[in-house]
Amino acid sequence: MKEKIGPDYPVIESHEGGSILLTKLDDLINWARSNSLWPLTFGTRCCAIEFMAVGASRHDFSRFGMEVARATPRQADMIVISGSINYKMAPVLKRLYDQMADPKYVMAMGACAISGGPFYYNSYSIVKGADHVIPVDVYIPGCPPRPEAFLYGLMQLQKKIRHERYFSKKKVTK
Amino acid sequence: MTNDSLIQTLSTLLPDAQVKMGTQYVEAILPLEKHHEFMLKLKNTPELAFDYMFCLTGADFADYLMVIYHLESTTHNHIMVAKVKTADRVNPVVDSVADIWPTADPNENEAFDLLGIKFNNHPEPRRLFLDDDWGFPLRKDYQDDVHIVSR
Repeated sequence: MKEKIGPDYPVIESHEGGSILLTKLDDLINWARSNSLWPLTFGTRCCAIEFMAVGASRHDFSRFGMEVARATPRQADMIVISGSINYKMAPVLKRLYDQMADPKYVMAMGACAISGGPFYYNSYSIVKGADHVIPVDVYIPGCPPRPEAFLYGLMQLQKKIRHERYFSKKKVTK
Repeated sequence: MTNDSLIQTLSTLLPDAQVKMGTQYVEAILPLEKHHEFMLKLKNTPELAFDYMFCLTGADFADYLMVIYHLESTTHNHIMVAKVKTADRVNPVVDSVADIWPTADPNENEAFDLLGIKFNNHPEPRRLFLDDDWGFPLRKDYQDDVHIVSR
């Protein structure tokens, strides 16, 4: 039986006979993973204060599942780069990212982490964007981003996780 | 002590220093050779008693580098500024005041790290923030094509 690859591949799944179990299993696992993202505490600059504000009681990120911020990368599954990265800090960030277990996600919060921000010109010490050091999934613009913007970026990351397919990978046949 | 009496006392006590009223505090530009001796006098004279140095910075002027000390007396509550000009830019050397005021210790390390001013008799001279082979970024003629996107 040949599968027709539609124009909206890979968003719309075309099912074979028995893959309803695997897609539902994938959905369950992705739902569980996206609703319990535990970040590594990695605040280097002013965006860390904004991150703390999102974690405080008015805008609360633990209702999205980011219940605890783990201090060790071995127990965290995402890293929120809130603040600018120095040339001195960049190897440390890479080492922490390498110590995290898969699946891991990265959010670049604030202008400094996206592109160097206000320090792009005439600064000798700031890396011009955290994605020169580690791969980034979601960029949250702002200087600092408002808590609502941070939560929007978090929801985008959750949406990205829900589209992952591990058990029920699309099989492409000729 | 008021600023005027400070100027008078300093002029009599330190004959080679140029004492005048700056924009905010009394300023004294000390000569390089007698710099340490004058600093000791500033601390040990009872009517001056500058026992707290609350700031030490370096500055880059075109021909020389300058070290600026902000001194305060906790007993008399007066503040003054002492400045020292180095001889040249190529090899700027100043005596260290870390034995007089302990807060000079890390501040002089920072001045060495960012401007390149060397201090004699410093207890532990090392670069604090930057790598050992980095240049001196706060100098006006600092060029760095690798790290700086200039505009």
